[in-house]
Amino acid sequence: MKGRTARGARWAALGLVVAALSVVAAGCGGGGGEAGGEWQIEGLGSSLEEIQDLAREEGQVNLVQWPGYSVLTDKFTSETGCKVNTKDGASSDDMISLIQTGAYDGVSASGNASVRLMTTGDVAPVNTDLIPNFADIQEGIKNKDYNSLDGQPYGVPHGRGPNYLMFRTDVVPEDTDSWGVIWEDDQLERYKGKISIYDDSIFIADAALWLMATQPELGIENPYQLTREQFDAAVALLKKQAPYVGEYWPGDVVKQIQSYTSGDSVVGTTWPYQYLQLLNAKVPVKAIKPKEGTTGWSDTWMIYSKAQNPNCMYLWMNHMASPEAQATVAEGFGEAPVNLKACALTKNPNHCEDFHAEDESWWEDVYYWTTPSADCGDDDDATTCVTQADWKAAWTEIRG
Amino acid sequence: MTSISFAEPPPRQSPGRRLSTFLYRHPRLRLLALLALPVGWLGLVYLGSLAVLLLSAFWKTDPFTAQLVRELTLDNFRRIIETPVYRDVAWRTVRMAVLVTIACALLAFPLAYYMARVASPRTRNLLVVAVLMPLWASYLVKAYAWRTILSAEGAINWALDPLGLTFNGYSNTGLWLVFTYLWLPYMVLPIYAGLERIPASLLEASADLGGRSLRTFAYVTLPLVFPAVVAGSIFTFSLTLGDYIAPTLISSDQFVGTVIYREYGTALPVAAAYALVPIAVIVGYLLVARKLKAFESL
Repeated sequence: MKGRTARGARWAALGLVVAALSVVAAGCGGGGGEAGGEWQIEGLGSSLEEIQDLAREEGQVNLVQWPGYSVLTDKFTSETGCKVNTKDGASSDDMISLIQTGAYDGVSASGNASVRLMTTGDVAPVNTDLIPNFADIQEGIKNKDYNSLDGQPYGVPHGRGPNYLMFRTDVVPEDTDSWGVIWEDDQLERYKGKISIYDDSIFIADAALWLMATQPELGIENPYQLTREQFDAAVALLKKQAPYVGEYWPGDVVKQIQSYTSGDSVVGTTWPYQYLQLLNAKVPVKAIKPKEGTTGWSDTWMIYSKAQNPNCMYLWMNHMASPEAQATVAEGFGEAPVNLKACALTKNPNHCEDFHAEDESWWEDVYYWTTPSADCGDDDDATTCVTQADWKAAWTEIRG
Repeated sequence: MTSISFAEPPPRQSPGRRLSTFLYRHPRLRLLALLALPVGWLGLVYLGSLAVLLLSAFWKTDPFTAQLVRELTLDNFRRIIETPVYRDVAWRTVRMAVLVTIACALLAFPLAYYMARVASPRTRNLLVVAVLMPLWASYLVKAYAWRTILSAEGAINWALDPLGLTFNGYSNTGLWLVFTYLWLPYMVLPIYAGLERIPASLLEASADLGGRSLRTFAYVTLPLVFPAVVAGSIFTFSLTLGDYIAPTLISSDQFVGTVIYREYGTALPVAAAYALVPIAVIVGYLLVARKLKAFESL
């Protein structure tokens, strides 16, 4: 009797598992929208008044953002009735997978996320008539390949900034001006175990940037579009650096701030946000754009093509492009605003100058994050470049 | 004489009563109804999601957009077998799990022995509370606290300073310390329960037969408590094998959990394929544990 029920139970369990598998497999399917979709999202109003009314009904907006990017949220909520819920992303890959879960309405995408999201149709183009503050955005930022497709704008620019070389002035000489301090053999030896590097495959571009300056014979012109030979050289450089690195900070800015404060890290790459936080805490650090140039990012607020709260999201994008919000986030994060009316509102009257908001020549050697693609992003069919997937795979190998 | 009937009238036929009678007559159906929800959760939600994950190990991603392409391929398995870094990472993780288990066992045993066999009831209760208290604190709080302790200016280096030694806390050694700390309660409790189960009469009998304390310990206590140690080791081993938060914060080496966590976002098939490695290791471990009768001590 016991054997019979035990066997019966076993068959029942097997049947249940098979049933579960088939239900789940049948449910597998569906993805993002189609590319090149219209700006009209389900539920979005067709005039400013309609958007404002519908936004009050929606009552909330869910955002994926870089840390510190949402500002003046209380003012926004009281004006529009939309509560702001944010989720910090650790890297562009992280943000892409978050937005694809469908739980969020929008994302502050850097170039290496925005192009992919536009291609897959996960983000929708925007109707700039419904975003009044869009007209005040600098012309030089509009219609770039990372925030528009075929002349259609795909979001509202947020701000741009460089990845700094940051070091503690009590350990590293204050007049350091070159990336060599984290790439050259003798410098690696000197700071062994105290180097802090961003933990994402996009950092391979920083290695390529160093090779641009030190090994011109490789012929690297764009640190994100690398031929196999250039790519292998960059990876070899990173593998040489890896044993000397003290920490790879994973987009969790708290970890890096803490290690610079305690002196466990003394030199490395960083975002302006950490630099400002450390300065506020009176930690002796300095951050520079080295003479070889640097990588950077130009971020855009984009709306998810199946957003559940599209009206609140449109109002949010308009809010972040307003002079007040631009001034607050530019000073809080340490980046250059893209709405120049913000320059008059910053607490530091020289903020726009300090962060080169209008100085296009300063940005010429700042290479914005973008996605490596097989066709090298150019019209030359002869060259093929290493793909994003290979960058990612190589990063796992570099980390060891 | 009229007969007075004391029998109660039959109860009214309501739907509830009909259902109750039906279930009474069909015990198997009753059991099914009772178990449907938890078994459904286990089958559909838990096993089902695991099955989807493993199914995606056979798919690939578009090299540019990183979207899932539902075409069958064995490339992911080929990659994790052929590329040396995945083997190194897996081996490093298993090694760490074993070391953490040994450290936890060595630390937990004396504590559990004291709690079970020596301490007065009041002390015992206090110790149980003390052992369980860290479980109330958030994982991240504990991990960040250890980051401070292990730092170059932290407590450990401060203590070693008079001896002229330095300790690089942000390393695998530091990580080993953190894991041992985090999972110690999971090792203490099963061993404590196992030791408590040993009847004092057995130990007295061993003494009557001439066994001194060390002999009794080695030949009576240890074999009886060993399954409980294995049961505790299941927790420490599996928790270490899959963890990705502590390694990210403390060490800069890669572990199975961190690799899967990083690959998961835009290279799901590789992450899924690699996830089979810890699953296989744990299944093997559990089969061994079952043989050693650890499941009766959980």
